[in-house]
Amino acid sequence: MSAPSTGVTRGGAPPAGRRARRFAGRTGQYAALLAYLIFLAFPLVWLLSTSFKSPTELGKIDPTWIPQHPTLENFRSAFEAQPLARSALNSLIVASGATLVSVVIAVPAAYVLVRHRSKVGGAANGWVLVSQMFPFVLVIIPLFLVLKNLHLIDSVGGLIIVYVVWNLPFALWMLQGYVRAVPVSLEEAAAVDGAGRLRILRSVVLPLLAPGLVATLMFSFVTAWNEFFFALVLLKSPENQTMSVILTRFLGAEGVADLGPLAAASVLATVPSLLFFALLQRRLAAGMLAGAVKG
Amino acid sequence: MSGTRHEGTALLEELGGAPAARKRRTGTPPPRTPAARKRLLGLDHGAWFLLLPALLPILVLSVGPLLYAVSLSFTDAQAGRTVRTDFVGVANFADLRRDSLFWESFRIGLVWAVSVTALQLLLALGLALLLNQNLRFRWLARTLALVPWAMPEVVVGVMWRLVYHQDAGILNKTLRQLGMLGEGSGNIDWLTNISLALPAVILVGVWAGMPQTTVVLLAGLQNVPHELTEAAQLDGAGGWRRFAAVTWPALKPVALAITALNFIWNFNSFGLVYVLTQGGPGGQTRLPMLFAYEEAFKYGQFGYAAAMGVVMIAVVAVFLTVFLRKRLKGSEEEAV
Repeated sequence: MSAPSTGVTRGGAPPAGRRARRFAGRTGQYAALLAYLIFLAFPLVWLLSTSFKSPTELGKIDPTWIPQHPTLENFRSAFEAQPLARSALNSLIVASGATLVSVVIAVPAAYVLVRHRSKVGGAANGWVLVSQMFPFVLVIIPLFLVLKNLHLIDSVGGLIIVYVVWNLPFALWMLQGYVRAVPVSLEEAAAVDGAGRLRILRSVVLPLLAPGLVATLMFSFVTAWNEFFFALVLLKSPENQTMSVILTRFLGAEGVADLGPLAAASVLATVPSLLFFALLQRRLAAGMLAGAVKG
Repeated sequence: MSGTRHEGTALLEELGGAPAARKRRTGTPPPRTPAARKRLLGLDHGAWFLLLPALLPILVLSVGPLLYAVSLSFTDAQAGRTVRTDFVGVANFADLRRDSLFWESFRIGLVWAVSVTALQLLLALGLALLLNQNLRFRWLARTLALVPWAMPEVVVGVMWRLVYHQDAGILNKTLRQLGMLGEGSGNIDWLTNISLALPAVILVGVWAGMPQTTVVLLAGLQNVPHELTEAAQLDGAGGWRRFAAVTWPALKPVALAITALNFIWNFNSFGLVYVLTQGGPGGQTRLPMLFAYEEAFKYGQFGYAAAMGVVMIAVVAVFLTVFLRKRLKGSEEEAV
């Protein structure tokens, strides 16, 4: 990798040999960037292209990058082939339900964990780290047994419970970073004025927490919307399944898929997540690392 | 799974210990008066009231189930109400030891996790260094790099099935156009070919996981002191020297942390491969998670599957210990 030009310009015009090397370096960098762009983009382009192709075109031996007769037919038949609208609604209910519940209970807890250092807090944060290591299969077996006893298998409600627990550690962690960035002097001032803890939390901390709160909500939503494994195990009947699981039904029993509707449904399932990520982009690009701490 | 990927980035702060983050954490000024201090530090009734709504679900539905699962691994628990569950001691683990299918799956899981993690790191490092330069179209790469991260893993799997498709897939067509697939030879069926399926699946894993690693490394690059890079350049250090002497030492903690997390996620990965191959052909891509899933929810052997999960944790724990100890040693050497 060649370095930025700051050092060179300071010393006047570089010798011709170095300039040539610099030019070669730049060219190499652009070639590498192009290779990355192709690697990242080509499957996406192919998915989009397939979703707009007519069934006859998909049946041809020699596939083309650009659909010859672009059509929305696949999007229509995707809704007929599987209960796609219903599954989108299920995904929406599960993702927003789980996100709201987990963030609402995580905010006060994160506040207490940051402002009151205690052994409980240390243990809670330790568990957040440790729980990253567990394979989901180990967690899902006992949860499956428990939910079965509560008659919450194959129910959207049961999945919401699982997602709340699954989202909680992450929401707690992320929110703690944002709470830390809130100046404690403001809270002290409010306390001096006679505000109680709940009042401080609601009127002082919460407004300052808003940007971090939105980021946490969006991340939790995308996580729950995209989730597959728990949904696959817990939801059995098609009318209860979320979009991730319904998509696998397009693949058929023998893996013989109707490619057009499959691609169309996949594109639709990606739209909400992409939308939220686009909104989050600046925050992500600004550095996820600092994001966990900063606002 | 892509879900947990989101969580881990926040954890990096803890594992990676970015200097900037560390500074900020200690920045909170202490409460001023002793009364205020006591008020703020003690866990009184009010504080417990705020904490419990979060702690209870974690205790009941995360800590509890995990202990339950570990205890299940010592029983012959099966799906279905009517079957009696008995304590069988370490019988499950003894069976596992003789289960050649499981070890084969374990071997495949390690090959998958190590290759995906290593390739992710290398490719992401290259992309992050490129994006850190002042290049045109950088924004395009930055935007594109976020897409795989946002996509549901099922969609990533579906998409690559379309790419790998024997007749309608673009990969065979492109290879033919480039002359890498001869006129006489037929189209390759990537995902059902015994020797090609695992590499093909690994490529998808890299594609799906690389973006997040890139974003994290890019954030880590902001910690590289700019003056040092400039000084090295003035001293005539070439690109590689600058990277080895200045960039990498500053980036190392972040790179190691994301690599450790990537390994855990990849080893516990499920959705991608489930959609791509369902573990086929002939079990060539049957990762441990897929194996345990089938054992539990296809054959109903809950106890046996739980034992597999415990073994998987043990492997991850051993890996992490070795890896992190190495990391600590490394930073000690640097201090000296």
